[in-house]
Amino acid sequence: MLDAETPQTTAEMSTEANLLEVNNIEVLYNHVILALKGVSLEVPRGGITALLGGNGAGKSTTLKAISNLIHSERGEVTKGSIVYDGENVVNMSPADLVNRGVVQVMEGRHCFEHLTVEENLLTGAYTRKDGRGDIAADLELVYEYFPRLKERRRSQAGYTSGGEQQMTAIGRALMSRPKMILLDEPSMGLAPQLVEQIFDIVSRLNTEQGVTFLLAEQNTNVALRFAHTGFILENGRVVMEGGAKELRENPDVKEFYLGMSDTGRKSYREVRSYRRRKRWLA
Amino acid sequence: MSDTLLFALEAAANGLTAGVMYALVALGFVLIFKASGIFNFSQGVMALFAALTLVGLQSGQIPFSHLINAIFGTRLHYFGWSLPTLVAIAGTVLVMVAFAWLVERYIFRHLVNQEPIILFMATIGLAYFLEGFGDLMWGAEVKRLDVGIPQGMSLAVDEATFNWFGYGFYMDTLELWAALIAAILVAGLVIFSQYTKQGRALRAVADDHQAALSVGISLRFIWVMVWTLAGIVALVAGMMWGAKSGVQFSLSLIALKALPVLILGGFTSIPGAIVGGLIIGVGEKLFDFFMGPLIGGATENWFAYMLALVFLLFRPQGLFGEKIIERV
Repeated sequence: MLDAETPQTTAEMSTEANLLEVNNIEVLYNHVILALKGVSLEVPRGGITALLGGNGAGKSTTLKAISNLIHSERGEVTKGSIVYDGENVVNMSPADLVNRGVVQVMEGRHCFEHLTVEENLLTGAYTRKDGRGDIAADLELVYEYFPRLKERRRSQAGYTSGGEQQMTAIGRALMSRPKMILLDEPSMGLAPQLVEQIFDIVSRLNTEQGVTFLLAEQNTNVALRFAHTGFILENGRVVMEGGAKELRENPDVKEFYLGMSDTGRKSYREVRSYRRRKRWLA
Repeated sequence: MSDTLLFALEAAANGLTAGVMYALVALGFVLIFKASGIFNFSQGVMALFAALTLVGLQSGQIPFSHLINAIFGTRLHYFGWSLPTLVAIAGTVLVMVAFAWLVERYIFRHLVNQEPIILFMATIGLAYFLEGFGDLMWGAEVKRLDVGIPQGMSLAVDEATFNWFGYGFYMDTLELWAALIAAILVAGLVIFSQYTKQGRALRAVADDHQAALSVGISLRFIWVMVWTLAGIVALVAGMMWGAKSGVQFSLSLIALKALPVLILGGFTSIPGAIVGGLIIGVGEKLFDFFMGPLIGGATENWFAYMLALVFLLFRPQGLFGEKIIERV
């Protein structure tokens, strides 16, 4: 189900298999700036889906359109629909979405700097109505996945390292008991080893806790190794989609996003002209 | 103990009680500023409005009676009852909750993501509106407010200090009560913000609006909450100052005293507002005691502002202002 499928079959798949379907959405910032020009994508239930592309391609905007955090940045979805678990969630408040199990981990971590790590995690459980006992149990679960956070639980989040902040942000999202986490650029500013570690945990959360992930990532290489399916965005449009393995082996993806080709490494100058020629022909 | 020292001690003790009142007014500012980045110019008028409402409810005044009389030629003034103080206070709290809700619904909801200066201007507008609205609702005459706290010299303090030092301090009973109530309120606020779920959410919102939204905290709810808290703080401040010197327009000017307190304590710090208030209260009394005779007296009017100016030069974030955390 998760690999090697053509766009046609994806579109025909039933909503049952997809936890989230984004249909042809347009996003307008400030009533003038068109950031997404018709993005469609599907997120299979229980999978890890990668959203790839360069700076300004529209990855973050897509995630924020789903979680409706764009509203507070003066953006709005002007066209299309976002169906989560069989329900149209366009223009639903972020709080309602968290209640339904969709939570976003924003780019650049966004921890509450003056709160301790543990307080940060506890704010993640803000919308939960179940008792303190369950929340305490989930806190322990988060500490199991991120032992480092347990050591730092009493420190102000603003004074922890970038990796610890990323862990805090993911842990905070987990505290809401989500079905789906929208993870924006988890690798940003982290050492390669740490990136690997974070993705490992994402992978474990996916298999052990059954959390569905949609992650936006610039680091195509790492993302495609851990994800099951992928979408590539360019200039606010989806330009390519498919199984992770298929994308990894696609010559264009190799050329533009992974920086390698069948003929071995190329210099950037060659890649650039190749890319221009390719556009010209297309 | 020398006489000078005793007099100075007496001045300091009186300064402490005044300082608690300053702290209380400053707290109202800090709460709203922390949670929404809005510098609420209308805090002083809110205190006036709360005090007016309290007097009105207590004495059974008919709201808008002047307006009704002017339009319909009637002669309505009072319902003819007088409510017990506690019931009137509860009623006023409800009015302040409604006020908070209206402010969020009709003003700040439409100004989300605007520049701080625009939000500030909105609160200036709100201040003038509320001032006129309060007058229209309850009338503009000076009113006496009696909340059942005795006024005048505290005999207990007089006696105790006389036994210790052989000289009785003069302290106002009302001010002592005000200090006590303010202290309880402040302690309650600190406990609320540090140890409850909503308090934690409030601090989260203060840190990062976007992140707070992302975990499902409703900014609207939090804003209504802080405006309600600020309204309650305004009520207590208005009640105490109103009981002391009558409920009238000048009550809204107590907000001006809060400015130096905020500069001293930091705009974002609850402990800062408390310590800042105490320092200014004690500082202005002592300065007046020691320096007043040398430079012609009346230093209380400007001492706080001078101190604030010095702080602006040497420690602009205040004593306890949150340092911007920067990792290196």
